[in-house]
Amino acid sequence: MSTTTAVKAPKIKTSALKPRSFISWVTFAFMLAAVIVWLFPFWMAVANALKTPDDFIQQGPLAWPAHVTFEHIVKFWNDSNFPLKFWNSTWTSLAAAGITVAFGFLTAYAIGIGKIKGKTWILGVFMVAFTIPQEALIYPMYNAAKKLNLYDNLLSIVLIFGISGIAFATYLISSVLNEFPTEVLEAAKIDGANAWRMMIDVVLPILRPTLMVITVMVFIYNWNEFLIPLVLLPSNDNQTVSLGIALTVGQWTAEPTARAAAALLGALPSILFFVIFQRSLMRGVTMGSSK
Amino acid sequence: MSAATVSKDVKTKPVKARKSSLEKGKGQFYAYLIPGLSLFTIVIVGSFFFNIYISFTKWNGLGSPRWIGTKNYENLMVDAVFWESFLHAFMFIAAMSIIPTFLGVFVASMLFDYIAPRFGNGAAAFMRAGFYMPQVIPMTITGVIWVWLLNPVSGVINNFLTALGVSKDVTPNWLGDENLAIWSLSVIMVWIQIGYTIVIFMSGLSRLDPSLTEAAQLDGATWFQRFRIIILAQLGPEIGVVLLTTMVAALKVFAPVYVMTSGGPGTSTQVPAYFSYFHFFTTHKVGYGAAVATVLSLILTVLAIVILQIQNKQQAKENQR
Repeated sequence: MSTTTAVKAPKIKTSALKPRSFISWVTFAFMLAAVIVWLFPFWMAVANALKTPDDFIQQGPLAWPAHVTFEHIVKFWNDSNFPLKFWNSTWTSLAAAGITVAFGFLTAYAIGIGKIKGKTWILGVFMVAFTIPQEALIYPMYNAAKKLNLYDNLLSIVLIFGISGIAFATYLISSVLNEFPTEVLEAAKIDGANAWRMMIDVVLPILRPTLMVITVMVFIYNWNEFLIPLVLLPSNDNQTVSLGIALTVGQWTAEPTARAAAALLGALPSILFFVIFQRSLMRGVTMGSSK
Repeated sequence: MSAATVSKDVKTKPVKARKSSLEKGKGQFYAYLIPGLSLFTIVIVGSFFFNIYISFTKWNGLGSPRWIGTKNYENLMVDAVFWESFLHAFMFIAAMSIIPTFLGVFVASMLFDYIAPRFGNGAAAFMRAGFYMPQVIPMTITGVIWVWLLNPVSGVINNFLTALGVSKDVTPNWLGDENLAIWSLSVIMVWIQIGYTIVIFMSGLSRLDPSLTEAAQLDGATWFQRFRIIILAQLGPEIGVVLLTTMVAALKVFAPVYVMTSGGPGTSTQVPAYFSYFHFFTTHKVGYGAAVATVLSLILTVLAIVILQIQNKQQAKENQR
């Protein structure tokens, strides 16, 4: 199998659909109802974020707002300094994903293409490393961050996310590289390429789509991180979206409608990423399991 | 580049020579390990071993830790909350691993094998995305949404119940009742987790040989028979891996507990990860918290080794084919 087929999204041929019976419509309706139940919490967040408090008291939480208002969203946007939190999350998640994929790729190159001795052991240690809980690392990291003046500094989470991800990225990338077509490598070898040239000229161009997929996935994982920012970033201005919403929601928002607005605003970037990067994310998530 | 001609040349050479040409420059690959491995060793391995060291000390985070041997572990063994936290972790294994895996296999095969052939891939992909949505949003934010939905007075769920005619006096306090909170959290975890299993199993199904299910169909098997005999049997290895990886996630649960209940009311939703965090940063019994984290790591390491064994077996099987 070649590398490209290994990362392709699952596809089903739909040239001819099967006939739909009454039972199949019932099944379809049942599944659709289940999906609606699954999305109901988000729907409720939207409906109530756009409601006035009076409307909420009169109509209750289930009704669609009588008058749509963006007041709560704008207020939470300003009060929580949402743009700053958004920026904090974005650049730290992206920079850390860059570190993870770059170093993960180098290590995976030695394992998957170089087939070096002891690769099974290294992968085994990496596998154990990403199953151990963050709680078993957090106190030493907290302690080190304080000593190195990285406490309450966004650089600390960039480094920790970036380096923590290396094990996982190596694992994924090397499983893809294991199936790299040997003929291509042989050809490069005979053309006189050394390990470096082979990596730059042969492996990287072919692997670029896979690396993009992994970058997207790692970015979203970083965005959702909680414990490490919670411990290392105490001050308001350094908080990320997922941390900030969780901590500030009680602070400014006794009003149920305002709380819904905060949750909606916090969820919105992730929903957007999902809509934009759905294919990549799905590929990345399944890549890990099928190997 | 003339890859085709070169590979033809290679083919004519004896196999042994071909192997050695790749083997020749092998030494230079070790250099590529250095950056990743050294960062990993300093930051991850270093922190891990330092945490183990802390677990054998008494320390409040200030000054220097004092060695007390296995005292923390001895105390853990008789700490009822510690055992309770693991009991809850096992409940989360049901909610995050066992139930989502079995529901996931079923929903995935419905979408892949029933909905998609009749209503098109678009319909199946849309439904898959709907189930997956809770996986994409940060757990802290879904936590905030659920706290709000489950608010005993202003929450959507209880308003819905009263709209159905349930008296206001008997509507439950979902997260505030110590007998109920762990069950509420469990249901939320099923809601979060199922999208993951559906996505994995749908991709597993797409790799199955379609001629198998088609043959069964010609034999007049019903959808349920096909599901049981062919799909379940074929997905066996995937089911194993998903069960174990979601089990790892269940044992590590932290953010939902932190946001929704903080382990309470009382200790009724305490889990190992939160229990450890609580001792690190609330009671400042750092050595004790480190001991909890070390025990949890030990259990997870055993699980990881089991996963590795299964994957190696799968690999060996594939290579035989």
